[in-house]
Amino acid sequence: MREILDVIFDINNVTATIRMATPIALAAMGGAFSERSGVINIGLEGMILTGAFCGVLGSYISGSPWLGVLFAVVGGGLMGATLAVFAIKLKADHVVSGVGLNILALGLTSWLMQVLWKNRGTSVSVNGLPMFSIPVVRDVPVLGTILGTHSPLVYMMLILIFLGWVVMFKTPLGLRIRMAGEHPEAADTVGINVHAVQYFSVILSGCLAGLGGAYLSLAQLNWFSMNMSAGRGYMALAANIFGQWNPIGGLGASFLFAFTDALQMRIQTSPIKLPTDIIQMLPYILTILVLAGAVIRSRPPAALGRHYESGRAA
Amino acid sequence: MGTREGDLSRGPAARVVRRAAGWLARPGVSDIAYSAVAVLLALVIGAILIAASGYSVIDAYANLFDGAFGSIYNLANTLMMATPLLFTGLSVAVAFQCGLFNVGAEGQLYVGGLASAVVVLVLGPAVPGVVRVLLALVAGALAGAVLAAGPGYMKARLGAHEVITTIMLNYVGILLTTFLVKTYLKEPGPVDQTPLLPVGARLPELIPGTRVSWGIVLGVAAVVAVDYILRRTSVGYEIQAVGRNAAAAEYAGVNVPGRIVLAMVMSGAIAGLAGSSVVMGTLYRFITNFSPGYGFTGIAVAVLARNKPWGVLPAALLFGMLQSGGMSMQLFARIPADLMTLVQGIVILFVAAPALASMFLARSRFGARTGGRG
Repeated sequence: MREILDVIFDINNVTATIRMATPIALAAMGGAFSERSGVINIGLEGMILTGAFCGVLGSYISGSPWLGVLFAVVGGGLMGATLAVFAIKLKADHVVSGVGLNILALGLTSWLMQVLWKNRGTSVSVNGLPMFSIPVVRDVPVLGTILGTHSPLVYMMLILIFLGWVVMFKTPLGLRIRMAGEHPEAADTVGINVHAVQYFSVILSGCLAGLGGAYLSLAQLNWFSMNMSAGRGYMALAANIFGQWNPIGGLGASFLFAFTDALQMRIQTSPIKLPTDIIQMLPYILTILVLAGAVIRSRPPAALGRHYESGRAA
Repeated sequence: MGTREGDLSRGPAARVVRRAAGWLARPGVSDIAYSAVAVLLALVIGAILIAASGYSVIDAYANLFDGAFGSIYNLANTLMMATPLLFTGLSVAVAFQCGLFNVGAEGQLYVGGLASAVVVLVLGPAVPGVVRVLLALVAGALAGAVLAAGPGYMKARLGAHEVITTIMLNYVGILLTTFLVKTYLKEPGPVDQTPLLPVGARLPELIPGTRVSWGIVLGVAAVVAVDYILRRTSVGYEIQAVGRNAAAAEYAGVNVPGRIVLAMVMSGAIAGLAGSSVVMGTLYRFITNFSPGYGFTGIAVAVLARNKPWGVLPAALLFGMLQSGGMSMQLFARIPADLMTLVQGIVILFVAAPALASMFLARSRFGARTGGRG
């Protein structure tokens, strides 16, 4: 029993939780922007995967992991733009086109990986991001262990989540985004270009998910492996719902998922003998339970998933 | 451009073109025509990627087609690949008819496949082979149904989005079957797999000497059964009513939550049979992680079939062709078969976009003129 408690309340779990929440929280914020504007974004998974691939590609070509991060953001954004064109302009069902995009991203990244690096499974290793240590904080007990040393993308994530919250709830742009998803007709009447706002939001969500992908392939590891997003995009969607379409709420939910994931990995290296396959189910089962519990209280944007056609002449 | 079209619309050929375009623009026909164009477009994009990556397009597609239809054996391989897709495509289509998106066919086929293997292995030789096969099929369908019932219930009663819950259960289904095989059913050796199923308790070969089994006949039977249920029974009608407009269906007295759960259970049972058909008709054992994504390809099949049971048949054959052809493309031309995954994604995107379809149909201006409302 003591052993189990030691494993669960290990302070390193908290550090690992913050680390592992990074890609999920970034993608969840992407989901929040996209869905607040009225576009369901099932394609987050493919956007993370594309970001992870482009991150390695950028670092491979330039030798600089930071250029890799830029590649990842652009790659994710391009996937976002693809989804936007299909879901907004071509009026494809949002969910179906999102799943199509995920399959496309899986095929495209697996294909390009083999074409470029002649290996099915993993890419070559590239220059990853160095760790970053905050000078004074790292020496504080407990806080130093938790927040003192991380990948720069982790700190970037925390800042971006706050900025995202400010943009969404404290700026006119955020108001326009929320209006497009709640009542596009009203938004249109007061002169908001609903489609432009939606394009912006969906592309932004792709950029954020792409950045999350860069965390996987340039910070957590320094290579790309086939299907390395491994369901994080869907977890991000669940985190977004649980977090009430709010970036900070999404971060909180991401911590919950990341904690089970951290625990799962901690148990595997601990003396507790549990079958790995069963332990690995934890985050997935938790996602389901959270979703089943959370949706009762949640209210999605009113016009989510609808196609809006402006009444005005084009 | 304008002059050519002008000439055509006056010339004697115009009547033929106009009639053909009008026929093409009829609802059912235009769907098929558009789906065919979507597939062709996806293959063209694939060809561009092949060429851009420095491979020979002719080499690639020659091997693709040879692998798909080149001989009786290859053709049978295509049918073998199409068999699970027939089930998973039908599974996704049934759920769609009720407005539900079952992305969990992958996990459901794993539990279905394992349930079938367990039944055959546990019953032992005292029970006649036919009985074992039938019971194994029932077990496969039940296991898939159970895994799908959860998301159905959570959707109907709690409003939890079935896309997320079914995807999460995919991971659970795959990990659970891996755990069970490793712990209780593993045949000694490096691979995590069950022992071989005895010869008498398998789905027999349909064409002797090839790898296509009676599973494909079962798949066609499932198509017929689902089509009958949806079109000729009141339950099927209610499922479709919920899919079209749940609020209206509820107003008309349909038990909406009940129909949602039922549609998911049907969908899961059919996906479970996909696993049974592979385990009992192709692999003759359960191998962990055996599916190359049959459940996900089933989504592409259903979308291409526009969720019509009969449409699943040609769509599954097409994707079976892409898979068996893709394999020989990889084997003989050394071109990664993952390209076919990409092609599937593009097909889904294109077929899902109705505005793209109307753009394509409007391009033949005759079609727009004669096929409109007349």
